[in-house]
Amino acid sequence: MLNLIWLFLLLGGIVVAAFNGKIELVTETLFSGADEGVKVCLDLIGLMSLWLGMLEVAKQAGLIRLLARLLRPLTVLLFPEVPSHHPALGAIIMNISANILGLGNAATPFGLKAMEELQKLNPRPDTASDAMCTFLATNTSCVTLIPATIIGVRVAAGSHNPTEIVGPTIFATGFSMVFVLAVDYFWRTFLRPKYRRYRKC
Amino acid sequence: MLESILNQVSRWAIPALFFIFLFLGSIRRVPVYEAFIQGASEGFQTAVRIIPYLVAMFVAIKVFRASGAMGLLAQILAPVLELLGAPAEVLPLALMRPLSGSSALGIATELIKTYGPDSLIGRLASVMQGSTDTTFFVLTIYFGSAGIKRYRHAIFLGLLADLTGLLTSLFICNRLFG
Repeated sequence: MLNLIWLFLLLGGIVVAAFNGKIELVTETLFSGADEGVKVCLDLIGLMSLWLGMLEVAKQAGLIRLLARLLRPLTVLLFPEVPSHHPALGAIIMNISANILGLGNAATPFGLKAMEELQKLNPRPDTASDAMCTFLATNTSCVTLIPATIIGVRVAAGSHNPTEIVGPTIFATGFSMVFVLAVDYFWRTFLRPKYRRYRKC
Repeated sequence: MLESILNQVSRWAIPALFFIFLFLGSIRRVPVYEAFIQGASEGFQTAVRIIPYLVAMFVAIKVFRASGAMGLLAQILAPVLELLGAPAEVLPLALMRPLSGSSALGIATELIKTYGPDSLIGRLASVMQGSTDTTFFVLTIYFGSAGIKRYRHAIFLGLLADLTGLLTSLFICNRLFG
């Protein structure tokens, strides 16, 4: 699937550029794209180290275990195959909290950590487990309480009421989160029951 | 009122988080410095592991956009979107949003500046930007770092989330501001 999308983006781009007579742009953007990819990673090194360090402090202080216990009714519904004391839950909870608060640069480190932990529970290491798919769904659909960046843009553009979009954003993200997680739950429980046997892993 | 509350929350969130973590850690007699170092030492490896995935993604997205293919696709799909009651101007944003966060923010900023933040297009662009996510970015780096090759229904769920977010944004903006 991703293969096809990648191929479509690149081949489509090259063909259209050729028709538009902008073929030299392809060469240019290929190099600058590669450069940008590495730059994003380099930026991430500091953030990853900072947030993973804080996560470890919170974990040793027992804070993560407390949060995990409080949210257990929810996580048992969403991630039935993850045992209640597994470190994956802590990272997942921190990731979702960061997303809700609009702390984008903290969400990614916690998310990567959560994936690493979920991979330890995965019976087939090259294939996404149910928990991973659910986690991805929570990530891309997550409720946003404070869309801070876009409020900043609106302030800069001289809006009379920069925060009037907060309510609609909460509504839209809330609806899409509930809807997507419901689809995922339905999929797991009714359409693909054969995956149930992995729950004990 | 709401604006100042949200501003305060944004300002205080991270310092408060660090304070709570460190304060609770010290009460529970955690060697906080050692714990921090222990956790932070994993940061480098995880970040470096995702370089190939990010390079692949950025290259494809940038070529697709710079070549004009994105604009062409937007033109083709515009009539579909207008059936749903959306102005065609926001389509490039909807198409770019799952692919790249920074490009999408660039498009949203352009729309807000061109049409005004308090126009329907400006408001719609704002809500859409906040309501959908960079699905492919998240997908490639999360699965890439874990070494997952078969994504199963994760792509479907991610895109469904973006589509739902988009349609709900359209609905609510037309309702409130239309």
